[in-house]
Amino acid sequence: MFGSMSYIALQQYWWFIVSLLGALLVFLMFVQGGQTLIRTLAKTETEKSMLINSIGRKWKFTFTTLVTFGGAAFASFPLFYSTSFGGAYWVWMIILFSFVIQAVSYEYRTKTGNFLGQKTYEVMLFINGLIATIFIGTAVATFFTGSDFTISDINQSYWGNSFHGIEAAFNIKNLCLGITIFFLSRILAILYFINTINHDKILARTKKALIINGSIFLVFFLVFMAMLLFGPGFNVDALGSVSIEKYKYFYNFMAMPSITIFFLLGVVLVLYGIISSIIKLDTTSIWYSGIGTILVVLMLFLVAGYNNTPFYPSLSDPNSSLTIYNASSSKFTLIVMAYVSLLIPFVLAASFYTWKVINKKKITSEEIEKEETTY
Amino acid sequence: MFESFNLSLVDWSRVQFALTAMYHWLFVPLTLGLSVIIAIIETKYYKTGDETWKKLTKFWMKIFGVNFAIGVATGLILEFEFGTNWSNYSWFVGDIFGAPLAIEGIMAFFMETIFIAIMYFGWDKVSRRFHLLSTWLVALGANLSALWILVANAWMQNPVGMKFNPDTVRNEMINFWDVLFSPTAVGKFTHTVLSSFTLSAIFVVGVCAWYLIKNRHVTQSKRSMKIASIFGLISMILTIYTGDISARDVSKTQPMKFAAMEAHFHGSSSVPLKAVGIIGNVKESLKDKDKELNFYGIQLPGVLSYLTNYHFDSYVPGINDLLYGNNERGLLSVNEKIERGYLAKTNLLEYKKAVSNGDLDKIELLKADFENPAWINKYFNYFGYSSYYSENKIQQSKNAMKVVPPVSLTFYTFHIMVLLGMWFILLFILILILLKKKDNKQNESNTKEDSIQLRKYRWFLWAVLFTIPLSYIASESGWIVCEVGRQPWIIQDLMTTSQAVTHIETYPVMLTCCLFALIFTALLIADIKIIVKQIKIGMDDTPIDNKNNLKN
Repeated sequence: MFGSMSYIALQQYWWFIVSLLGALLVFLMFVQGGQTLIRTLAKTETEKSMLINSIGRKWKFTFTTLVTFGGAAFASFPLFYSTSFGGAYWVWMIILFSFVIQAVSYEYRTKTGNFLGQKTYEVMLFINGLIATIFIGTAVATFFTGSDFTISDINQSYWGNSFHGIEAAFNIKNLCLGITIFFLSRILAILYFINTINHDKILARTKKALIINGSIFLVFFLVFMAMLLFGPGFNVDALGSVSIEKYKYFYNFMAMPSITIFFLLGVVLVLYGIISSIIKLDTTSIWYSGIGTILVVLMLFLVAGYNNTPFYPSLSDPNSSLTIYNASSSKFTLIVMAYVSLLIPFVLAASFYTWKVINKKKITSEEIEKEETTY
Repeated sequence: MFESFNLSLVDWSRVQFALTAMYHWLFVPLTLGLSVIIAIIETKYYKTGDETWKKLTKFWMKIFGVNFAIGVATGLILEFEFGTNWSNYSWFVGDIFGAPLAIEGIMAFFMETIFIAIMYFGWDKVSRRFHLLSTWLVALGANLSALWILVANAWMQNPVGMKFNPDTVRNEMINFWDVLFSPTAVGKFTHTVLSSFTLSAIFVVGVCAWYLIKNRHVTQSKRSMKIASIFGLISMILTIYTGDISARDVSKTQPMKFAAMEAHFHGSSSVPLKAVGIIGNVKESLKDKDKELNFYGIQLPGVLSYLTNYHFDSYVPGINDLLYGNNERGLLSVNEKIERGYLAKTNLLEYKKAVSNGDLDKIELLKADFENPAWINKYFNYFGYSSYYSENKIQQSKNAMKVVPPVSLTFYTFHIMVLLGMWFILLFILILILLKKKDNKQNESNTKEDSIQLRKYRWFLWAVLFTIPLSYIASESGWIVCEVGRQPWIIQDLMTTSQAVTHIETYPVMLTCCLFALIFTALLIADIKIIVKQIKIGMDDTPIDNKNNLKN
């Protein structure tokens, strides 16, 4: 089945899979967004517990997607894995630290004898929500803005400065995407709360929060898109040499109309979800905005990697830039991994099914007060 | 090309990896085994409908959850550390090594995540049958994730199923099944998982022993103990069996590690097994190749030879034979391996030069070597030794000594692991005997079922409780044998740890390492405190009405 595919097709297929995992990760970061909204939406301890429990049932999905994204990137584009993770050391370490403190916080928060105290675990959840979204957004933006590294003739990578990735956060375009993702994750969290929680007071507070977060998101998203479409990009020519080209990403959208259509559809869905819930509390909004988010992010990833575009451009030595062709695994490994990727639809279906089962009953204050398996 | 990095960077990177891996391993074995024990207990509930079993399931699930969260937290770092700290390694073998990590995520981690959700939040939302299935699938998912990461680890110890590609300057996979089913992988997976089952069984019997000492939850403790002891005993026996297989595999694929495990310096026939004891000064025996290493303790004559080759008088090479070579036995000296590795590396450099000059004849000529199995076998298989090459042959001979791993640490951790394993077997047998024997004199217990002799031997119950930390020591020791014993190699014979690190300054690694130490220690304290508290709180003791519970 995959054995007859060409090497190029396999590389493109795997870029799609990695992009899909990235897109799912951004969607699932509504958990992180929710962690930054606890104080805004909850005024009492019970309300706080309701919010934390509703996202607490989902944090492992986000976490596992992150781990799988790392593994899939390693297996399919090892040169990206070795260059980015080793080079942008600080960015990734900061992201990982924030996830480490998140993983225990749900489970330990209300347990007696938890050593650090409930408050500390709640602060940790907030830190993770803030840092993970902004830094992952910034890191993804470097796919469009480039990083400071070189690759030697034996494919060892060297980072060009001692900030090791922190420098990316000082680039306006990168930061714009970071902030966009932060507010997007908060919007998705609000829509998720509307979907799962049955509590008048909390629901009454969501409208204002949606309007505020929605408008800030929109501003930063539009600014980022404008800079992306009308700014310079990176292009690989037939000989493999990389140069900076004006309006590159705009041309990419033009050259791949199906990507443009799905991208626009995604944007519409995200906005529809937000607006419909502002007008009248709509429990299905999370699905519109969620699927919209997945589409938008997926298409952005594809625009970064397809159509003779290096997905991880180098600023210090353009010819060191990584394309999905020079950074990928061998054909054999990609074929093996392609068979493994057949599991993904099953994983998605099972995840969706359990999601439905677990969320069948809405979270109410009574349940939180009596339930034994609460966080 | 493939230079060795300054030592402090390598050391800090190793410290960080060792720290994160060892912390991670404090939580993983309990997850692997306890998930199975919980599934067994829930099966009992499913079959009998007895609410006591359900409460027992929920009790162990609570402890499982606390332990699982921190296991996940510490594991995340490891997944990315290959890239952040071992960047050159990640490229050199990523084509093979990345695949199991990705499969682990897609196949195993998601399975765990999905069904853990049902296991914890699905009690009154799905049928009893589906809940039970979910619990079993969590156990399966956890152990599948162990499978893939252990396959990856085994590959580093015994690289198979791949071929070096001089164009990309990396090793590329040519046979997935060779990687998955290499004898090293099979041995490592079974040994590690079974030993983790044993650890979990000890954890469960230990906690129950404490309840018996305190006269609490007697029925539940007895039931848990019975299941855990049978499970533990079977696991431990199989742990020894697979350990034996693994050790024999090590003697073939990593003879230097094997020699270090036994502190065996001079190869001979009929080698005794050092059962219990301490060893003399290793440094002196390394310096002077004729000096015997003193050993004070009990030795079993010929047993090491027997365990290695099934012959009491067979030959087992020692550290010095592997270091200085042994013509009689056809063993190459490390110096010779360095020369061969250096030749392979020179070939690669020449090839790269020819490619950049467009010298087609030379390209073809040199590339043929990399395709030739005889050449690969003779030269490329020692590629990693090239990093010890020196024009100054005296220096090179000094460098050759670096191929010997830390002998004392490997020797002692190996023996601690083995001796503790023996104690665990005895422990399970004693528990099972004492559980079986009724104590007719004991009248204070509520039911006849609870009057067992085990409750009388309080000193033994304390011993059971204090075996919990011992099981963790045994488990971590096993990993020290495996990972310290293979130094200096990150990939056996092909790449040293010092060639594998990321090109980065030392201080970021120092800083992150200290931060990890701090955070993980704080979280470990929290984890232990919560678990101890949960155990003290104990199980739900409210009276049970068993009539209605088969309905839902």
